[in-house]
Amino acid sequence: MEEFDNRIIFSKTLIALANEDPKIVVVCNDSVGSSNLTEFRDLFPDRLIDVGIAEQNMVGVAAGLANAGFTPFVCAAAPFLTGRALEQIKADVVYTRTNVKLCGMSPGIAYGELGPTHHSIEDIAWMRALDSLPIVLPADEAQTAEAVRWAANMVGPVFMRIGRYKVPSVSQGQSPAFIPNKAMRIIDGSDITIVATGTLVSRAVAAAAQLKAEGISARVINLSTVSPLDTAEILAAAKETKAIITAEESVTRGGVGGAIAEFVVQNHPVPMKLMGIDSFAPTGSATFLFEHFGLTADSIVTSARELLKHGK
Amino acid sequence: MAMDSRQISDLAREIRIQILHTIKGAGMGHIGGDFSVTDILATLFGSVLNVDPKNPNKSDRDRIILSKGHAAVALYSALALRGFFPVEDLKTFAKPLSNLNGHPNRNKVPGVESNTGPLGHGFPIAVGTAIGAQLAKNGSRSFVIMGDGELQEGSNWEAAMFASHRKLTNLIAVIDRNGFQQGSPTAKTNELDPLDKKFESFGWEVCVVDGHDYKALHKAFTDPQAKPRVVIAQTTKGKGVDFMEGKAEWHHKVPSAEQYEAALEQVGKQ
Repeated sequence: MEEFDNRIIFSKTLIALANEDPKIVVVCNDSVGSSNLTEFRDLFPDRLIDVGIAEQNMVGVAAGLANAGFTPFVCAAAPFLTGRALEQIKADVVYTRTNVKLCGMSPGIAYGELGPTHHSIEDIAWMRALDSLPIVLPADEAQTAEAVRWAANMVGPVFMRIGRYKVPSVSQGQSPAFIPNKAMRIIDGSDITIVATGTLVSRAVAAAAQLKAEGISARVINLSTVSPLDTAEILAAAKETKAIITAEESVTRGGVGGAIAEFVVQNHPVPMKLMGIDSFAPTGSATFLFEHFGLTADSIVTSARELLKHGK
Repeated sequence: MAMDSRQISDLAREIRIQILHTIKGAGMGHIGGDFSVTDILATLFGSVLNVDPKNPNKSDRDRIILSKGHAAVALYSALALRGFFPVEDLKTFAKPLSNLNGHPNRNKVPGVESNTGPLGHGFPIAVGTAIGAQLAKNGSRSFVIMGDGELQEGSNWEAAMFASHRKLTNLIAVIDRNGFQQGSPTAKTNELDPLDKKFESFGWEVCVVDGHDYKALHKAFTDPQAKPRVVIAQTTKGKGVDFMEGKAEWHHKVPSAEQYEAALEQVGKQ
């Protein structure tokens, strides 16, 4: 299946939006190339504000631009955006409620061999702790395009992950591919639910196909919006299927798995298995690390069998 | 309404009186830093800023960002006296569910531009508002007021470097140079001097003034600029009350009943 780098459609969408709306600007940290913004810079040189390698200033400047009436998209590698500028994100963007779009580029373990300093596995947990900050994890090209357009048109802060690790289409022509504040049920099923995000969605889809061959009916939810959580969809999964697996390219402690578990345990407890990355990664490519951490269709299948059989 | 020096002096006196009432009433506040920044605020709100209390979000307003958010009571008093909200509301400061928190909140208080408190945040935001004004070509100017101690935060120097790079001639950084941080003199904690040379080397115009001289402040805030300008306002912590002036313990001490009366009497004569 053909696979796509979501940064490509991200920048194409941003250029289209900038053509429509003179208030759209980009703020970045020497990340024009890594955010795929060369064309944007060439088309709108005045509207790309590159602060250099200075993430605290980057987020503060974006908050100021929002105060001045602009809609800044902050485009920076996810680990440095969320880790280095966390207090600016908290105070200047989320608490002040400025209209800043935080785009964490190349999140998760996409930077593979560059190691844990360049991995962004903690970002979802950090962002989830902030009051009323929408967290959006587009899983493919179609979702990325629609989510970016939605973010530009809503007033208020957003955090979204824009992946560089290539992924196939999971929306498969579904329209809309992205619905704000909603979980996307992409395969129905009655035995078990797999709640997946980002790069893990296509793997969850593959796992569901394998499970179907074994006679296990797996529901797959693409949780493209983590906050606010679509509690109706999660409650339905807990009530209508016997167990829930969560799969994410981030730490489960406070991450997507944590979000689902917090809700399920207080509303309709069912057996759960949280799949993610709970330690600093060893050396290896992103593809190797997905295998290393058991974030594959085969591992999801094994987890589903065991969860249904043993309840854990 | 541009005030003359006498009117600014009157405004400054009223701000100090409201600070005293408010901090005494709440039993908390940062009185030393409130008094040191009072004359700066009075000059800006009295004779410099293009702001409209009846339309606090008009797009071409000048931005004033109080990076030293712990001086919230001074800002609240200035805003209330300029008509952004009723002076009566100052009595609610720090009370349960008041809009007037210990640090300012843009979404609750008209005239506040950003929710400051953690130090080193206001400067980058003001760089952003100044860039925005240049893009919008609307003539808006940006002022950020910082304590001197907060210049120990590295984020300020990221902002200083970038403001110069962007040639932000519509930006003024004001340093309330009272020489103290929470517990001790800045010189004993982490020396800032030579502060003027630091900013010069970052490509800024430097203007060192008496931070309690309205005419000098007004000139520093209004002279034409060829570069971003820093106004190093040499101030006295606790200015206006002799037993508070230059004393570190008045960073956030609350006056006793006797001290309150004595302070009111001194300030009232100014």
